[in-house]
Amino acid sequence: MSGNRDKDPHSGMETTGHEWDGITELDTPLPRWWLWIWYGTIVFALVYWVLMPAWPYPGGYTKGILHNSQRVQVAQDLKALQAQRDVQGRALTNASLDQIERDPKLQAYAMTLGQLTFNANCAACHGAGGTGSKGYPNLRDDVWLWGGSLQDIQTTLIHGIRSQDPEARNSKMPSFGADGLLKPAEVNDLTEYVVALSRRPANQAAVARAAPLFANNCAVCHAADGKGNATFGAPNLTDKDWLYGGDRASIHDQIWNGRGGVMPNWGKRLDANTLKALTVYIHANAGGG
Amino acid sequence: MASIFKNHGKLERHSMLLLLFIILVVSVGGLVEITPLFFLESTIEKVDGMRPYTPLELAGRDIYIREGCYLCHSQMIRPLRDEVERYGHYSLAAESMYDHPFQWGSKRNGPDLARVGGKYSDAWHRDHLINPRSLVPESIMPPYKFLAEHDLDYRDIKDKLRAMKTVGVPYTEAEIASAEDDLRAQADPNQSPTKLQAHYGSKLNIRDFGGGPNRVTEMDALIAYLQMQGTLVDFTTYKADAPANQR
Repeated sequence: MSGNRDKDPHSGMETTGHEWDGITELDTPLPRWWLWIWYGTIVFALVYWVLMPAWPYPGGYTKGILHNSQRVQVAQDLKALQAQRDVQGRALTNASLDQIERDPKLQAYAMTLGQLTFNANCAACHGAGGTGSKGYPNLRDDVWLWGGSLQDIQTTLIHGIRSQDPEARNSKMPSFGADGLLKPAEVNDLTEYVVALSRRPANQAAVARAAPLFANNCAVCHAADGKGNATFGAPNLTDKDWLYGGDRASIHDQIWNGRGGVMPNWGKRLDANTLKALTVYIHANAGGG
Repeated sequence: MASIFKNHGKLERHSMLLLLFIILVVSVGGLVEITPLFFLESTIEKVDGMRPYTPLELAGRDIYIREGCYLCHSQMIRPLRDEVERYGHYSLAAESMYDHPFQWGSKRNGPDLARVGGKYSDAWHRDHLINPRSLVPESIMPPYKFLAEHDLDYRDIKDKLRAMKTVGVPYTEAEIASAEDDLRAQADPNQSPTKLQAHYGSKLNIRDFGGGPNRVTEMDALIAYLQMQGTLVDFTTYKADAPANQR
């Protein structure tokens, strides 16, 4: 290796002056386009440091002369969004649920907002179309555990079911078998009784034995005729609609364990107008009730 | 300038000298970028409500990491309009202050989980973890049925709390000593919650999280962790527009 820079006779380029056993190295300059982009990025960085928050120092950081802040930006964006929504939203605030449902323009707005809200928050449990699944009620039919009027739906949405809200809908079916309130044989008999209630063939002897049991334990919530009571969220046992399944094993399981689902209190997550729109959306899809 | 280039030959000929200079040059970048962060006082917002994880939540968090949930779920609501609309208030630095390591993530095959706490019921989480497609037909999340079948192994929970204490989480000796009791107390509504609440405050989810009575499963721990996600900070007292909180 030596320090002699020479011209390469073949290409006309300078060499680096490095030489190994007679082999020398061309000192080809970097492509101009590449070099200028590189210089450009350096200039960009210098400008950026001046304009934007960049350098931390003990106790703080350089704010930049633009005072750019994502948090300020998002607050402005949300305010603008709210202003946009207020144009029609104010009408929602002032109208009652009934009025919203009767006014075609308001109703159309509520339905759109309601659907968006439903898909983002409710569909995970109640299904994309609101048709529910085992343990998660179908919202598209006329069967309502806690009442299907506009007011009932709104109350359920705001306070939830067995949620942590102090005004939540709270009654819960006891675990008659698991907690030893009824003997295993009695739970078996009651299962037959419930099957008979929904007008299916059942063991008549068991049904007869279970009649007083039903009157003493179940009728207080499910009513003497088994048609249920929305005050307690007690379902109608005489129809074909079953939240946890209508076969004997499922009914037995429910009497034994007394499960009850939990619905969050959406009042703490969604604002009042959104909840109104959601109420109207759910009510409309269920076809009243 | 010329002499720098001339003497550069010395570095090229002495590998140890070259190594020393490489370390010097690289550490300049590191020092300039990292050192000021240790003196920054404005990173973590002053908020009410943050507390260290309860032992059960900490165990659940370890399952979250073990199962690689962070590979598809982020825990970072960015200050962007659409994210705040969908998930709630943007995440604060204070909300990750007891996370070692934090679980911000960067992949979003699934939704962000920073504020999933309280959004769904325990039963939903249980059903969904056992078979996501039973509730969300289009989901591509794998099933985690085994979590409900495995009892939670929490023999090392004291050591876990101690490890967190070593890296700066303010657990007291009393909290570490009763970690096992506190863990069981949170998953069993029939036990007295007095000691647990004395350690971690009264705003706790204390219940059977779905693992069934008389046992604590990995499912219990994970659901306990998920159900507290993003629920600690009291946003009624947080001043988002205070100058110190705008960045």
